[in-house]
Amino acid sequence: MSKTDTAADGTEPAPAPEAADAGEEKDLGSAGSQLSTAPQEDAGGDAPNLPALGVIGWARWFWRQLTSMRVALILLFMLSLGAIPGSLIPQNSVDELKVQDFKEAHTTLTPIYEKLQLFDVYSSVWFSAIYILLFISLIGCIVPRTWQFVGQLRGRPPRAPRRLDRLPAYTTWRTDAEPEQVREEALALLKKRRFRADLAGDAVAAEKGYLREAGNLLFHISLIVMLIAFAAGTLFKSEGGKLITEGDGFANTLTQYDDFKSGNLFDNDSLEPFSFTLDSFEDTYEKSGPEKGTPRIYRAHVTYSEGADGPEKKKAVEVNSPLEVNGAKVHLIGHGYAPVVTVKDGRGETVYHGAVPMLPIDSNVTSTGAIKVADGYRDKNGKKEQLGFNAFFVPTFAGAGKGEMFSQFPAPEYPVLALSAYHGSLGVDSGLPQNVYQLDTKKLKEFKDENGQLFKQRIRPGETMTLPNGAGSITFEKDLKEWASFQISQQPGNGWALIGAGAALVGLIGSLFIQRRRVWVRAVRHADGTTVVEMAGLGRSESPKLPEELGDLAGLLYDKAPGVPEPTEPTESTEPSTPEAVPAEGAEK
Amino acid sequence: MNLAAATNENLANISNVLIYSSMAVYTLAFLAHIAEWTFGSRSKVGRTAAALTTESTSAAAAPAVTVKKAGGTAVLERPKVVTRTASGTRDVPDGPGAHGGTEKGDMYGRIAVSLTVLGFLVEAAGVATRALSVMRAPWGNMYEFSITFSTVAVGAYLLLLALKKNVRWIGLILITTVLLDLGIATKWLYTDSDQLVPALDSYWLWIHVSTAIFCGAIFYLGAVGTLLYLFRDSYESKLQGGGTPGTFASSVLSRLPSAASLDKFSYRINAAVFPLWTFTIIAGAIWAGDAWGRYWGWDPKEVWSFVTWIVYACYLHARATAGWKGRKAAYLALFAFATWLWNYYGVNIFITGKHSYAGV
Ligand code: HEM
Repeated sequence: MSKTDTAADGTEPAPAPEAADAGEEKDLGSAGSQLSTAPQEDAGGDAPNLPALGVIGWARWFWRQLTSMRVALILLFMLSLGAIPGSLIPQNSVDELKVQDFKEAHTTLTPIYEKLQLFDVYSSVWFSAIYILLFISLIGCIVPRTWQFVGQLRGRPPRAPRRLDRLPAYTTWRTDAEPEQVREEALALLKKRRFRADLAGDAVAAEKGYLREAGNLLFHISLIVMLIAFAAGTLFKSEGGKLITEGDGFANTLTQYDDFKSGNLFDNDSLEPFSFTLDSFEDTYEKSGPEKGTPRIYRAHVTYSEGADGPEKKKAVEVNSPLEVNGAKVHLIGHGYAPVVTVKDGRGETVYHGAVPMLPIDSNVTSTGAIKVADGYRDKNGKKEQLGFNAFFVPTFAGAGKGEMFSQFPAPEYPVLALSAYHGSLGVDSGLPQNVYQLDTKKLKEFKDENGQLFKQRIRPGETMTLPNGAGSITFEKDLKEWASFQISQQPGNGWALIGAGAALVGLIGSLFIQRRRVWVRAVRHADGTTVVEMAGLGRSESPKLPEELGDLAGLLYDKAPGVPEPTEPTESTEPSTPEAVPAEGAEK
Repeated sequence: MNLAAATNENLANISNVLIYSSMAVYTLAFLAHIAEWTFGSRSKVGRTAAALTTESTSAAAAPAVTVKKAGGTAVLERPKVVTRTASGTRDVPDGPGAHGGTEKGDMYGRIAVSLTVLGFLVEAAGVATRALSVMRAPWGNMYEFSITFSTVAVGAYLLLLALKKNVRWIGLILITTVLLDLGIATKWLYTDSDQLVPALDSYWLWIHVSTAIFCGAIFYLGAVGTLLYLFRDSYESKLQGGGTPGTFASSVLSRLPSAASLDKFSYRINAAVFPLWTFTIIAGAIWAGDAWGRYWGWDPKEVWSFVTWIVYACYLHARATAGWKGRKAAYLALFAFATWLWNYYGVNIFITGKHSYAGV
């Protein structure tokens, strides 16, 4: 490996503007200034050292700190750390049931966590404080940078520094061409290469890559757009769940929801009016192989109409394909079975007929539920009472005597309903909300079989279980229905969030892939009558291609203003070179 | 079983065989790299030390314009560009590479690279047959992520080599981790080839997951560069301070590129991938909006993607802030990659959320 290419690899091709500003101010003058609009770092920015700063002084100091890059960096880091607990501790906003479970399991931790708002990390005071400060900092950073950038666009590229050979990339030669002619050629060349170029004194000053700064500003502004869109979405959103059995329908009003959550500024009148009916639910499963039973298709066929009574339309709602009505989205969340049962009382009259949704407890859709007959039941003596059944449903039963009552397959290949019967009071009048899928047996009495045990039975579609002592009967109808649960959500601001994200991406690409750099060409007449051409380039520290580009430009200009031999001994440079300067072959590849 | 299913099972088996074969080839490449490093250690590489101790007088400025007298007529060369390092940066040449300039070491290094190419082709075929066996993108579970991940990392490394970039120094570490990754994948993460659950059945799978894996694999190369930068940087500053590093450190570290080159390498990688990673997260949010009715819900996977994104942004900021360049920024970069890894393995395995598709 020769010395030349080690040098090319081992050197930083250009100093960072900060370094240039700090160390070589007198050489470079303003040449390296404002190559980025990044705020200058205060050297000793720890504390204001003036004794009597006053309120305004302190406020200014605080503002300067807040809008410095260093604080932005720290706030960013805190934001990333602050987000972590929310992934390790259950969150109310994600799953309230999990939070309840956690609270019951960890009684000592819970009060501490609650104080620290660790169950609501993303709406907690401290998390909000971090990102609000960050965004104030961001605005405080963007506004002056934008002004500065506009100023740079209006102004001209800074004039050539006195000593061009001090710049990170430099080249020179002598020519017989006239200095004016060289400068004109250089100006034309740089302009052709889409530099903003200007003739000033004995040199041409040129700059390129302004889009980098524009991209960077666009990126940071887009972050604000995204934040506002997200905040608006959170404040105005509504989200609710609804379980619907085949044949049933839903209209989008508050009373129809099973559960409902909304943002702080949500207004009930803003629920989009529409309604839909679940016509049928289609599901298929892997029939064999190691992943037997894995769902392949989940599809809810619905008929919907927009507005109070718009025309009816059909749609198949799938997991990745929601029904959308004017910004309201209906997502398919879950599904299960709803056996249709008929209950007759002691006098033989039908007191209940309907589909009873059961909740799945495993992936083969073993389900549990409760059948409650609250009204109209009389025993054989005509006494009013309530009936309750604990129900267990399996779509595919393993066969009598074969183990537990667990389903073997999620599709209804051999459905069985297992019931145990109770009578008495369901406790529905106590005013407390009751879980429709569970039987509260506190005030219920068991029906007994001949052995004095709880009366229970497994029945297949079409079969009837007759209660003891003529208390009535329950029939598992042949018609097995399925249900689907939907999430109906509305969140304004999605469009803006998407626009913001897209713009952020474009800005980021501009900011990271475009190099901003300056090139100067000086041509002056030497005492011996020849013209000395000097070219130099300055970029940011991450401008690897700068020396290469300068070499390119120099080559083109060299063709227009060919070199002549040095009057003095060869292998001596025209200007006293700095000892640090090392040869390079353009930039590394 | 119908015919199509049988063919598919065949393809799946072929895929498994190919993955195992690629592991065998990579193992040979690993051994060749070890040989390269061993023979390389026999060379006397005093370069770095020399450059740092004898105040680079030899690196005096070359003339900008030289005139060569050839047969009496003056032939002018085109002007040469002279570069200057920033003040405060060490002026250290890159090390010669693992082979240490020895011919034998270099030969083993070349063998290692050739074997790596072979291993890559075999592994890529393994991923492709896996995809064909199910006729879908091969990214449905962690086993599939892992085999794709290492394929991409090796592919990117070979591409950089083909572009004549100075990256051969990464070979040994890369192959070691690729073997580790494949070992974990085949031993613990293996899932039989099969169809996807409905939630994953979306064209967003192609977009979001492929870019996610790609970003991770490239970020990994950057992280290796950063780690080596930290070692090499302490080595250089020790030399600069007049200390003598241990023989092992000298032997290994002097053969690596200079700290400045390593730092630049990882910065460029991270900066180049960051926009794609941003896109990955945006694509994921759009998909989540379709699949779950909200584009952002602080699900654990989402939280950790956010964390990785913010930490990488932090790193880029650090690079732009004077006092944070160098080692501090490097620590941030390593932390950023650690969060990425955790998001990939940890969140899938230890935390249950909506993204529970690990298949383990
Ligand atoms: C919401 C949080 C923020 C994020 C995610 C973020 C992200 C980024 C990213 C990824 C870059 C890299 C682009 C590049 O290197 O050109 C960048 C650059 C930059 N950021 Fe931020 N930023 C945030 C907040 C801020 C704040 C509060 C400030 C001002 C104090 C700021 C000032 C800058 C500046 C000046 C640059 C350009 C540095 C340069 O010229 O290289 N950023 N930002």
